[in-house]
This record gives sequence, C-alpha cells and structure tokens, in this order.
Amino acid sequence: MKYLSRSLLAVSALALTTAVAEAKTFVYCSEASPEGFDPSPYTAGTTFDASAHPIYNRLTEFKKGTTEVEPGLAESWDVSEDGTEYTFHLREGVKWQSNDRFTPTRDFNADDVVFSFERQGDPDHPWHQYIPGITYEYYTSMDMPNLVKSVEKIDDYTVKITLNQPEAPFLANIAMPFASIVSKEYADTLEEAGAKEDLNNLPIGTGPFKFVAYQKDAVIRYQKNADYWGDAPLIDDLVFAITPDSSVRLQKLKAGECHLMPYPSPADLESIRSDDSLKLDEQPGLNVGYLAYNTTVEPFDNPKVRKALNMAINKEAIIDAVFQGAAEPAKNPIPPTMWSYNDSIEDDPYDPEAAKAMLEEEGVTDLSMNIWAMPVQRPYMPNARRTAELMQEDLSKVGVSANIVSYEWGEYLAKSMEAGRDGAVILGWTGDNGDPDNFLSVLLSCDSAKEGGANRAFWCNEEFSDLLQQAKVTADQAERTDLYEQAQVIFKEQAPWLTIAHSTQYVPMSTKVSGFKMSPLGDFTFEDVDLAE
Amino acid sequence: MVRFLLAKLLYLIPTFLGITIIAFGFVRILPGDPVLLMAGERGVSPERHAELSAQLGFDKPVVMQYLDFLWRLLHGDFGNSLVTKKPVLTEFLALFPATLELGLCAILIATLVGVPVGVLAAIKRGSWFDQVSMTTALVGFSMPIFWWGLLLIIFFSGFLGWTPVSGRISLMYFFPQVTGFMLIDSLLSGQQGAFISAVSHLILPSVVLATIPLAVIARQTRSAMLEVMGEDYVRTARAKGMPSRRVIGVHALRNAMIPVVTTIGLQIGVLMAGAILTETIFSWPGIGKWMIDSISRRDYPVVQSGLLLIAGMVMIVNLLVDLTYGLINPRIRAS
Repeated sequence: MKYLSRSLLAVSALALTTAVAEAKTFVYCSEASPEGFDPSPYTAGTTFDASAHPIYNRLTEFKKGTTEVEPGLAESWDVSEDGTEYTFHLREGVKWQSNDRFTPTRDFNADDVVFSFERQGDPDHPWHQYIPGITYEYYTSMDMPNLVKSVEKIDDYTVKITLNQPEAPFLANIAMPFASIVSKEYADTLEEAGAKEDLNNLPIGTGPFKFVAYQKDAVIRYQKNADYWGDAPLIDDLVFAITPDSSVRLQKLKAGECHLMPYPSPADLESIRSDDSLKLDEQPGLNVGYLAYNTTVEPFDNPKVRKALNMAINKEAIIDAVFQGAAEPAKNPIPPTMWSYNDSIEDDPYDPEAAKAMLEEEGVTDLSMNIWAMPVQRPYMPNARRTAELMQEDLSKVGVSANIVSYEWGEYLAKSMEAGRDGAVILGWTGDNGDPDNFLSVLLSCDSAKEGGANRAFWCNEEFSDLLQQAKVTADQAERTDLYEQAQVIFKEQAPWLTIAHSTQYVPMSTKVSGFKMSPLGDFTFEDVDLAE
Repeated sequence: MVRFLLAKLLYLIPTFLGITIIAFGFVRILPGDPVLLMAGERGVSPERHAELSAQLGFDKPVVMQYLDFLWRLLHGDFGNSLVTKKPVLTEFLALFPATLELGLCAILIATLVGVPVGVLAAIKRGSWFDQVSMTTALVGFSMPIFWWGLLLIIFFSGFLGWTPVSGRISLMYFFPQVTGFMLIDSLLSGQQGAFISAVSHLILPSVVLATIPLAVIARQTRSAMLEVMGEDYVRTARAKGMPSRRVIGVHALRNAMIPVVTTIGLQIGVLMAGAILTETIFSWPGIGKWMIDSISRRDYPVVQSGLLLIAGMVMIVNLLVDLTYGLINPRIRAS
C-alpha cells in the first residue's frame, strides 16, 4: 500500500522527493535563464550561477560564504617585490570533464590558463570572437586590458602573469566568474569539428558538477563530477527549474517541487517564516543604495548644504516603507560585511530642525531640486519612486521643494552621468569581488567622475582619491584597511551622497536542505548542500 | 479556389513588407540603448560605447540598418541575439512549440466550451442559464490574467494539491525533444507517467489562457445565433415542420459560424498577448516571455525578427481562417 501511494504521487508529479530515493536530486528554482554557458562573455549573476560556479574553477576562489580569496586551480602563488609579477603554481591531477564530443587526453595545465586569459585579452586571438558579436565586458570593465601585460607559461604547472602596475585587488579579480578556466584541448577539438559555438552550449570544466542538458527557459540539468579535485558534492544531480515569478517560486517550494529559491518577495517573508517545512537564511547584502548630489553645481557644491539635506531625510522611514524592514541604514558607502568598514563613523542624525537651521546659515532659502527615481527594481533599491516620494515629503519640511523625475533605464543611466546634471540621483551598487576598491574607486574616485564612469556625484576629492590609489598598490591588507578607513572619514565629512541602506538578502529553503552557505557576493553554489531523506 | 488562394497569397507580400518596417521601427522608437543597458550601473566609456555600437552595426544610418536587415532576411538570416549571441531563428524554433501547444490547447478549450455555451444561451434566451453564463463570460473577459493565474495556482496547486505549480513536465522525466510538443514527446519517450505529467502541467495554463477567448467566443456565438434565428429562412425551415434540432444544427449554426470563425481567428492575437503573462506565471518556456525579456533589454535583433516570425504565424492563421470561410460559405469563395 505504501508502495502504491508512493507511485501514485510520483505519477501525479507532485512529490518529486519521494521519487528520487536512490539518487539525490537537488532542485533549485532559479529566477531567470542563463545567457549562455561560457562565463567570460556575460555579466549576469544568473548566468554565473549556472555556468561559472557549478561547472568551472578559477586560479583563485572565494572561500565559501566569504569574500576571502583562497587557492583554486592555483595551489599557491608568489608576488614580486614591486607587486607586478604573479607566479601561480598550478594544482596537478585536475581532471577535465567529458561529454559526447570530447574525452580529455590530459589533465588541466598551464596551456589552459594562458588560453583562458588570452582569448579575452587579445583581440586578434582566434577565439576572441568565436561567436559573432561576442565581447568580454567584465574583463574590460575590471580594467584587465590595461592591467595585464602578459600571461606566460613557465612550465606545465607554472604560469606567470605580469601587470603594468601593481594592483592589490588582482587576486580577487581573477576569482571572479569571468576569469574561469576553460579547456584548450576542448577548444581545439571544437575548432576541428567546426563547432566553436559549442564552447558556449556544451560546457566542459573542472568544477564540482558536469553539464548534462539545457532546455531553454525551462530546465538545466547537471550531474555530480565524480572526478572533482575538491570535496565531491553530496548530491548526485542538480537541477535548475527556471521560474521567473517570485510568488510562483514560493508556491513550488511549498509544494516540494524545488528545494531552494532566490529572491523572495519581501511581502512573502512572514508566510515563509510561519511555514514549518521551510527555513529562511538571511545575511546583509554586499550592496548600497544611495542618493548622489551633483557636487559640481550650486548649492550642492557646498558640503554643509549636502549634510543638511542628509539630516533632513528620515532613512528609517524609507527602510520601513520601501524595504519593509529588510535592510539596515547605511552610514558608509561600503556595506558592514566588507573588510575595512569603518564602524567608528557616526551617521548624521535625522534632525529636520537642525537641518533647516544649517541651510539658513548657508544662505540657502527657497531651494528647489530634482530627485531622480530609477525606473527599475534592484536588490539595493526595491522601489525608487516611493523612496523619492518619502524624500520629497521630508525635504518639504525643511523648506526644500523637490520634483521627482524618471527616465527609461538606459537613458537614466546615461543622462545621470551627463556633466551639469540637474538634481540628485537615486542609484546603488552591488559588489563584484568583495574588495573595497570595487565600491570606492568605481563610484567615488576622480577618475570615475569622467564621462563613462559611475561617479554620479561628480565628486572629485584629491585627498580621498590619493588614499584609494595608495591602497590599490599596497599589498598588505592591514595597511589597506587603514587607508580605506581614512577615506571613509573624508567621505562622511564631505557627504557627496546620502547613503540610504544596505538591503538584506534572504534565501528560503526546505528544512531538508543542509550545508547551504549564503555568499556575500550573492552567488548560489551547491557543492556543499545535502538533502535529508 | 486556386485563384482565391493565389489572391490571398499576393496580399501577403505588401503585408509582410509593412510588418518588417513596423517590427524594425518599433524597437528603435522605444527610448533606450542596448549598449548602455548591457553596461548597467557600471557605465561604459565613450570609446568603448562607440566600439560596441560599431560592432553591432548601430553606427550606420537607420535606413542602411533596415536594408541590411531586409537583405539578410531574404537570405534566411534572422540575426543573432545581442544577449545570448545565438541565432534568433534557433531560439524561436526552440521555444515556439511550447507556445503553440499551449495556444492550441487554449483555443480548443475556448471553442469547445464557448460555442456550445453560446448556442445554448441563444436558444434558451432569457433563461437562468443564459443569464448566468453571459455574466460569467463578462467576468471572464475582464479577468486580469496575472491575478487569475496566481489564484488558480494557490487554490488548485497549493491548497488542493491537484495540479503541479508550473513548468511543462515533472523534472523527474528527462528525454530528448523530438517534436518540441511535450504531449507528443512524452508519449514517444515511452516513460511511464510522462504523458500524464505533461497533461497535468498543461491544464492550468491553458485554462488561464483560454479564459478571455472563451468569454468572447461564447458571447459572439450567442449574438450571431440570435441574429440568424430571426432570419426568414430559419422561420421557413421551421414552418416546413423541420425538426428543431435540424433547424438549429444545419441552417442556423452553419450561418452563425462565419462571424464566430472570424472571432476565433482574431483571438489568435489576443492569445499571443495572453501568452506573455501566462508563460511568465507558469514558467512556460515559450516565445511570449522571450519577447518581453528581449524588449526590456532592447535586444533589437530578437525583437524585430521575433515580431516578424510571430506576425508570419498570425498571417498564416488568418489565411487559414479566410479559407475556412470559403468552405463554410461558397459565396465568399466566388467573390
């Protein structure tokens, strides 16, 4: 009878878990389709969750659950005195995966490393444009073309990367998905077969899972890589069930059709907490939402005016109304989980009276300004329009009239970077590699205040930028921490932004799941997860 | 009949050209630059922007871009997606069967339920059946699809546990795609329970998608029937003493079907619009969701070629509808 009821359930396809008694199948309800399976040409986190993390490895890796860099395919490395030469000692005995097309004849070696970097960096490389129209945006935006002078094979298991100038975040950069190592031998095989594009369709890596099949917009299937060089995964099969709508993801999770889901809607958190078959992991996200003043136009070129405006806006109210409590107020431009976060800094208090007095002192009366509300939702800013409305209300209390403007997303990004822009812009950032430089230099340095940069305050403070530059060429993390802490003090004094919030990340999962570690970078990786029967 | 067909086909050429212009122009009228959208918050330097635009061919005058597009179309090249870099046609062909399967099922439900309900409501005009069914139809017609879909999921999948939440088949079945139609492929796979699983996954989304067309078809059938039943020849047939079933079935219904078939044909467009939402709710891997994603990313090649391919399909359906008229009513064929 038990058997009968079991098979009935299986047939009605409702109880996935009962049907997989022998092989452990873990189902992840992912939120979108991957753009492809070669991690280097793409930039979306979803793509990396489906390609870089399960299938591939990098020379260095982020230690699970942290932004700390640890050895990956490189067992160890030496850095020259001047910080420009990195010699990587590669791990031996790492097996490449196989598929119908390809059976590797050799293990991973230096040729694969050279190939993986050169195809991205050298525009004349035969694999640079192996699919028409392909570009390497992450490689470019991490400034690798200007940074990397050469990638040389010293012997089969030694690779030397020479940089044009020292760059402390380099080891973190190459732990990022775009720097995944692909097999040169597989590439050669595909080239001979005239099927180069299959590097992107039928991936071969060294990672914990092997790619099995992808049905566009529906399902991705992986199998445990039995030859994995690290600790073998505890589950046998990994399935991504692509489910774009967050309420539907939750229904699937509740019905047992999947085991774990990303990005629940804040409105559903209560019902998840009250469900006995589910548990909810949470951690502060590696992000910041901000309002950037244009520090080059009057009266916003005056730090005191900016500070006064910051004091006029009630962040707690925004966090309650817009983030539904799932965030913490931000006082620094980098999130508290990041090393070098300066916790000794005191936030400007919410004090409309004092703000009003300060504005009057600076001779600012009858100020009217634009607030730019972005048209899209992001983890760092779930509803910019509502945020802008709350700000508008707060500002009116100190005699500042604010007008809310918005544009289509692409236009918003472009227009908000135009010199002389009118008004303050709501925007945010999510970290790529856990290095403070990836926030501070990208968003606030003098260099980034130019066209094509991302410094929407157009804030160029020489002292601040010098500290960043110094930190960038210093290898010692304690010294760098000190420099970044000083930089944050200047940031707070000068107040080019109103720092709004760092939003919290939530991951609901079945109580059967164990071993899942949330990544501060927002990655979803499954080699450590296990399922209870 | 051959001349009728040829005339119809000839009409397709200017229509097709018009659609290429609309499809090409539509996505370019929308504000937004695909290169900027790809770069996101990070921004892109002016040099890099120029380089990427040139690589994608966006630096040429729009007219040249259009002629390029047309020239490639004539060579069967629909272009490559800016996002996935894959050929648009490959992606379309991979996703289209899913939409077609869902659409056919929905139109089948809408017709098989809508026509009899409409006929019955017309015959029993003013009865409780007429009133209840036409009110329900009005509600169905006004139903916001997204909300309706979620409601059905929460009730039937969440509360009752009768149907699966989303997808096309249970994940435990894994077989190669032969036709792309899950109902057929699941039978071909020979795996026990696969077909039942595919059917159970199809029920809710097709009911949701069928809702609006069903309401429209039922109301249209009712009014067409009422009109026809007032005609002289129906009265004559009745006066001759012909049995009521034959009067309604042969004389009335056949003539009432012309506007109904038009309506069903027109519902194809409505179905496409509904498919976008239905596919998103039910994680159905079809072309509706694909188009929406591509529009929001300004993936020009996918939007322009995708629209064209969809329009092509709708044109074929309309042609079939025209031919059906000919079958129903020989007078149309002759004119």
